[in-house]
Amino acid sequence: MPDALLELRGVETRIGRYHILHGVDFDVRRGRVTMLLGRNGAGKTTTLRTIMGLWRASAGSIEFDGRRIEALGTPDIARLGIAYVPETMGIFSQLTVRENLLLATGRAGFTDERLDRLFALFPALKEKWAVAAGVLSGGQKQMLAIGRAIIEPRRLLVVDEPTKGLAPAVIQLLIDAILRLKESETTILLVEQNFHMAASVGDEVAVMDDGRIVHTGSMADLAKDEALQHRLLGLSLAVHQ
Amino acid sequence: MRHRWDDVAPHLVLPAIVLLALPVMGLSNWVVLTVAGLAMGAMLFLMAAGLTLIFGLMDVLNFAHGAFITLGAYVGIGVLGPLAGWTSADSWTLNLAAFGIAVVVAMAVSGAVGYGFERIIIRGVYGAPLRQVLVTVGGLIVAQQLFVVLWGPNAIPLIKPTAFRGSILLGSAAIEKYRLIALALGLIVFVALHLMLNRTRVGLLVRAGVENREMVEALGYRIRRLFIGVFVLGTALAGIGGVTWALYQELVTPQIGGDMTILVFIILIIGGLGSVGGSLVGAMLVGLTANYVGFLAPTVSLGSNILLMVLVLLWRPRGLFPVAKG
Repeated sequence: MPDALLELRGVETRIGRYHILHGVDFDVRRGRVTMLLGRNGAGKTTTLRTIMGLWRASAGSIEFDGRRIEALGTPDIARLGIAYVPETMGIFSQLTVRENLLLATGRAGFTDERLDRLFALFPALKEKWAVAAGVLSGGQKQMLAIGRAIIEPRRLLVVDEPTKGLAPAVIQLLIDAILRLKESETTILLVEQNFHMAASVGDEVAVMDDGRIVHTGSMADLAKDEALQHRLLGLSLAVHQ
Repeated sequence: MRHRWDDVAPHLVLPAIVLLALPVMGLSNWVVLTVAGLAMGAMLFLMAAGLTLIFGLMDVLNFAHGAFITLGAYVGIGVLGPLAGWTSADSWTLNLAAFGIAVVVAMAVSGAVGYGFERIIIRGVYGAPLRQVLVTVGGLIVAQQLFVVLWGPNAIPLIKPTAFRGSILLGSAAIEKYRLIALALGLIVFVALHLMLNRTRVGLLVRAGVENREMVEALGYRIRRLFIGVFVLGTALAGIGGVTWALYQELVTPQIGGDMTILVFIILIIGGLGSVGGSLVGAMLVGLTANYVGFLAPTVSLGSNILLMVLVLLWRPRGLFPVAKG
């Protein structure tokens, strides 16, 4: 696909004795939000961690903007402009909100323009600027995790289940934030169990099962086709809808 | 309210012990023993701070840390011997200059050897705790034998500079000058470490790396380089601790650092593994407890630090100031 920013072809990942990914193929197109959906244990988080080099692909290729990255170390992958928000959020709880964000900036530190943009998306971060991140609420931590990923311009945002365990009001705030990021044509790969969020923000979708991609297409088409949802995602979909 | 008390209580332990000791030993004894305890704590902190940084960031239990303390002590002999003209002069300036040079050279040599140790020995055992214990204990044994080969098995005297000897009178309490110098050096190193950790980007990375190394890498930082830097810093600090402790003891043996290993680990456990502030408080507590108990109940003084550690762990199983790990 010519406008793909990220391409995975036949990616396999083994963790110890376990063979988790069995040949994952999908693309993430520039300026689009690609949803990676699937049941628990399908291999979504492993796929994101493999993209980031946190687990090494044992076979297959991962290309980012035409460059093979599957053999690179995590810092080198991040330096290509890929920001990662893990399922655990990866917040440094003993550092302040400011310090967490500062780590994600270049040597020049913060610019007013980026801070204004960040605070427009997540006003709570301005209020909690000097507070230790460990005392933030779950929703505020998630805002900080996403804020840290976008405080500098990135070429690809990789986010793992941002709505997990959050209240509906906070989920709506995150949906609004991702929709605003979409307007700026940020390319996003998003793993999500919350189908409402997936349907609200997703352009493309790749569905995983048992370490493989079993469906790719338009998110809008999947949202409209309940039978397909049931076949691909099973009962877990009903729980989250 | 409960949460707030849990945060505040560890900070009150040190002042509480100091104040509780006052009524039971009289003012003069209390002043002498408190300064002695704090000075001993400062020297222990110099030896423990590096190890807590290394463990906190790298999850490496370096049982060979004592070898770097010993190395610092022998470097002290190597530097202060040729500077005998300065150390024997009745001049604060020359004495302090000689001491300062010994500290800087001990730091540099211990740090340089630490760099080699990390590249050759530690590099291959990241993430393998059992192998870390084996290779670092082995490293300590080999180093002690090397010290015997290089400097002989017997204790070598190391005389304090002239101006560092004797005491000053504070009311009726006589306070050894060297204890005050050691206390000042310990506090200077603590403030420097505190500023480095809290006011610089490298310090920010170290604190972040202690919590969650993986996320630091995902933000684009090469944490292995940070590991090397912290290991060098940790071993350099052990070098300062070694030269300071050797001047306090006025004798250097091949076991001077190895003998401190247990005490250093007790300090780390009391303070909370990975916490520099915790290691300062832990070292001060150990120093004060040893001095107070030695005065009040000499028969139990040998076990006082173990007892202190047990009491702290019963109250806070992860130490007084534990560092959250991601």
